[in-house]
Amino acid sequence: MLFDKLTANLKSVQEYEREPVPAAKQKNWRSFLGMYAGEHTAGTEFVIGPLFVAHGAGATDLIFGLLIGNLLAVLSWAFLCAPIAVKERITLYYKLEKICGKKLTVLYNLVNALMFCFLAGSMIAVSATAVGIPFDMPMARLSDWLPNSASWVVIVMVVGMVTTVVATLGYDQVSRFANIAAPWMILVFLAAAIAVLPELGVNSPGEFWPVAESRIWSGVPLEGQSKFTFWHVMFFAWFCNMAMHIGMADLSIFRYAKNWKSGFASAGGMFVGHYLAWLASGILYAVFLHKSQNSLEFAPGPIAYYAAGIAGACCVIIAGWTTANPTIYRAGLAVQAIIPNSKTWKVTLIVGLITTAAACFPALVMRLLDFVALYGLVLMPMGAVILIDFYVLPKLGLKSDYAQEAGIGINWAATGTWVLTLAACLFINFSFGVEIFFLGLPGWFVAVILYTGLSYMIQSFKPLNSK
Amino acid sequence: MKRTLLGLLAFAGLLLTLVPSLFVFSGSLSPETNKSLMAAGMLLWFVVAPFWIKRSR
Repeated sequence: MLFDKLTANLKSVQEYEREPVPAAKQKNWRSFLGMYAGEHTAGTEFVIGPLFVAHGAGATDLIFGLLIGNLLAVLSWAFLCAPIAVKERITLYYKLEKICGKKLTVLYNLVNALMFCFLAGSMIAVSATAVGIPFDMPMARLSDWLPNSASWVVIVMVVGMVTTVVATLGYDQVSRFANIAAPWMILVFLAAAIAVLPELGVNSPGEFWPVAESRIWSGVPLEGQSKFTFWHVMFFAWFCNMAMHIGMADLSIFRYAKNWKSGFASAGGMFVGHYLAWLASGILYAVFLHKSQNSLEFAPGPIAYYAAGIAGACCVIIAGWTTANPTIYRAGLAVQAIIPNSKTWKVTLIVGLITTAAACFPALVMRLLDFVALYGLVLMPMGAVILIDFYVLPKLGLKSDYAQEAGIGINWAATGTWVLTLAACLFINFSFGVEIFFLGLPGWFVAVILYTGLSYMIQSFKPLNSK
Repeated sequence: MKRTLLGLLAFAGLLLTLVPSLFVFSGSLSPETNKSLMAAGMLLWFVVAPFWIKRSR
């Protein structure tokens, strides 16, 4: 009975998967503003802000790096993703199926699901740092990759199992709860940061900047951490959601927009979650470092608890949980697309177990910046494929949606673009020492050139009859 | 009328979350009192907001 209800819910979620969204279902930009602000004020924000501090980002570099990086992210949504979304009005998966063929889309789904599992795993670990407070659980350190205590594993398993069971049984309730929690979470971030400022020696607004430069974002990385410059901050802010904007995953979101200009509503997420919340959580971590004399322990739960008491600890749990839950659910849907006859709840349960196992490794939290950058980079080439397929191929007299037109299961031009772009990024990384945060930009140009060239070669070799 | 009252209570929950921190910053409230008020704000928001949002729809 319960699963029948769940299946009915899933059917409603999958509405208009293979047909354009009708005009009656389209939404104005305000709907996207709130949605993005809520979605991007999440558990990850409790980790990313402090990691900038740990990596020794300077105050000026951070303020301006985030400003420009977030602006570039908003422009990427508005000018790259949203215009195609409102013209096509179909999901990313269906668009990929038309261009790349079913087989390559299956592979894309598999990679996407794996990335979702790791992202959800890191959020379960973040929640566990707050759940572990009353149990005096030893917290992981910045240098830890493996679990450091049995109690950590037990608490992560419990949090992971609860999250998985809830994801299996009730996506809608969690989604509603996340929407209710979003405005409160934003205020907890702000309030906690404001309340601890006096402990850093800030007693008036005029005293903030000198303290920010000397005691919060001092420009000196912690032991064992690489140094972050303006460029690291800017490129991270721009590319941390690369899979969504340049990678076109949010075609599925903006297909509901009345107008492409709704893409600018992503600013709600970027300048609340990825600006205010990152700065606020950085301030909280700076207070922790000040109190603990630069301890390498890294645990968002106790940090938030110190600054905001029970509300702070609950905020970490809720933020982690409301991010992990839909992420597990999305991973389940991606896997279900690969095995269409499987039961959604079974798939979600298996995905949740994999996620929980991954969450036991603190490396997922400690290397979250690298992981988020990798996530965007791996999926980015398919965004470049969609962009070129939509705008450039028709101008060259080539066919768009080649897999559909040719009735083939795999488009080798798209496959080659994906594989060779990632190989090129790996080459640039190894040969020139370019860090992962910067690879997305040259990688995108490589993908654009490859897909145009490979499509030209393949379609010239095996031309399709014009309709 | 009921919707307005629920809205006011929910808004009060958010105010209790944010405003006391400004008093801590100005030195006129202790961090401990702030934490208690934030917890009260959290309870108020999560108890009232679901009903307020449901009625607003």
